[in-house]
Amino acid sequence: MNRFRLSERGAERLSISVLLAPAVAVIVLLFLGGLASGFLRSLNYFPLIGLNDFNFDAYFAIFTDNGFLQSLVLTFHIAFTSTLIASILAVASALLLRPAFRGKRIVHFFFSLNLTIPHLVGAIGVLYLFQNSGLVSRIMTGLDIIQRPADFPAMVFDPWAIGIIIQYVWKEIPFIGVIVLAILLSVGEDYESVARSLGANRWQAFRQVTLPLIMPGVVSASVIVFAFTFGAFEIPYLLGRTFPAALPVLAYQSYTDVDLAARPQAMAMAMVIAFISTLLIMAYMKLSRVYIRE
Amino acid sequence: MTTAPAPLPGIAPRTIGRTTLRWAGIMGLLAFLVAPMVPLFIWSISFRWFYPDILPSEYSARAWEQVISPTNNVIGATGQTTLIALLCTVLSVLLGVPAGRALGLHNFKGKRIVEVLILAPIIVPGLAVVLGIDTMFIRYGLSGNILGVTLVHLVPTLPYMTLVMSGVYANYDVDYELQARSLGAGRWATQRYVTLPAVFPGVVVGALFTFLISWSQYVLTLLIGDGQVETLPILLFNFARSEPAIAGALSVVFILPGILVLLLSSKYLSGDSAAVGGIGNI
Repeated sequence: MNRFRLSERGAERLSISVLLAPAVAVIVLLFLGGLASGFLRSLNYFPLIGLNDFNFDAYFAIFTDNGFLQSLVLTFHIAFTSTLIASILAVASALLLRPAFRGKRIVHFFFSLNLTIPHLVGAIGVLYLFQNSGLVSRIMTGLDIIQRPADFPAMVFDPWAIGIIIQYVWKEIPFIGVIVLAILLSVGEDYESVARSLGANRWQAFRQVTLPLIMPGVVSASVIVFAFTFGAFEIPYLLGRTFPAALPVLAYQSYTDVDLAARPQAMAMAMVIAFISTLLIMAYMKLSRVYIRE
Repeated sequence: MTTAPAPLPGIAPRTIGRTTLRWAGIMGLLAFLVAPMVPLFIWSISFRWFYPDILPSEYSARAWEQVISPTNNVIGATGQTTLIALLCTVLSVLLGVPAGRALGLHNFKGKRIVEVLILAPIIVPGLAVVLGIDTMFIRYGLSGNILGVTLVHLVPTLPYMTLVMSGVYANYDVDYELQARSLGAGRWATQRYVTLPAVFPGVVVGALFTFLISWSQYVLTLLIGDGQVETLPILLFNFARSEPAIAGALSVVFILPGILVLLLSSKYLSGDSAAVGGIGNI
């Protein structure tokens, strides 16, 4: 019996590598291979067209280019503002949806519906709602608040990226909200009740008891949202300005530029995006470890 | 046991106010979440909808006829999107379930590195990777065809499936297998009658969402498909600026699988399951 278990375990240990190898090989080849290939080309190394020397010209070019720096600032603004607003509203939504009420199941279903609606559909919906002649503008004209499409404030293709942020907030409230709601439901309301019965007011009970409980979930979901909103392409491509464009859009524009000399710069921008995401992954791993230890 | 603080006299009217307020909040929230779908649906059945009309002056099924008609290749694109998503799901399940088992059940040297490697493609944006992949794929003839697009879709889907399965196996007690083996069951019989029933719901939910992640990819298909592979999101984007009626109808087609999946899996889908973690990719 004992011998059987031992050999079984030995076999398992051997088979770990067999179980992992195919998936790891594919991810290494495609993901790391893609990054490595992009990195080499960002260094101007492309033997296929006779470029055999490494240099940092592309990085030097983009970091001295005002357009790139403006894109970088805009992209941070989009990611930070979207993540902040979405997190706050998601926590508020989760608190709103927590207690038992009639029709809770159907409300929860509609709340999670956005999880599976692709970003692209949401972005087109936001476009048709908030463009100058969009549905919101029509309703405001009907209410005599504005007279013509031109009176409607620019919310798409605008310098503050309002439409893009609305789209992200719309999509990410349920994403963060569902995670927070699950924590709230599994923890229950006992701790808060104790705090309340000991004299804490609603705000104190939330601030001192509930918030610390949900914070790990909020933070880890926010990191994922920030990384996504920082690197997503189709939403700013559809709803944003062409100049300054969000960083992924700028990288795509450079990549598809007829001038082949712009390609190493496109790759350099992709590397900047990958680098910032790597920092976020490290933050994510570190945070999840810290919270697990607690 | 939830013990609310004892109600004090005079607090009753305030409680009613709170309930009303809560419902106002819930309705406002749901209205915001549904709002972008409203113009899409109206556009899909409109014929004339000029500014400043709040509703179309004439309705028609024109957009839906266009969707069905062969000229716009919507049916072809739907078939191609489905084929790619199915291929991608099969590959992700075949590779991701074993890898998830290794990560969920075992501790081994270098596990942390493998975890980072699996997590990284979920967080690093597709665009940052796909420009380099495009360079490789062009060289090996994988650009502009379904095979290449399927492979590049594995970048977000395979790590997702692996993570989901790693979560499923972490909650699975491997002793059941040892018991079955010691009672004389063979390797295959053990997998078939003990392991599979235990992890099957997880595999199904993971596979459904894997399908959706591939189904909704835009920029990976745009670059690797190179104009040759036309999927629904590619068509949808092309119509978004010029043909709102057709874009509206296409959007309805495009979101249907997601709603179906949610209906099928909502029972299993709580925020603490790994299934939600990767949905940022849809």
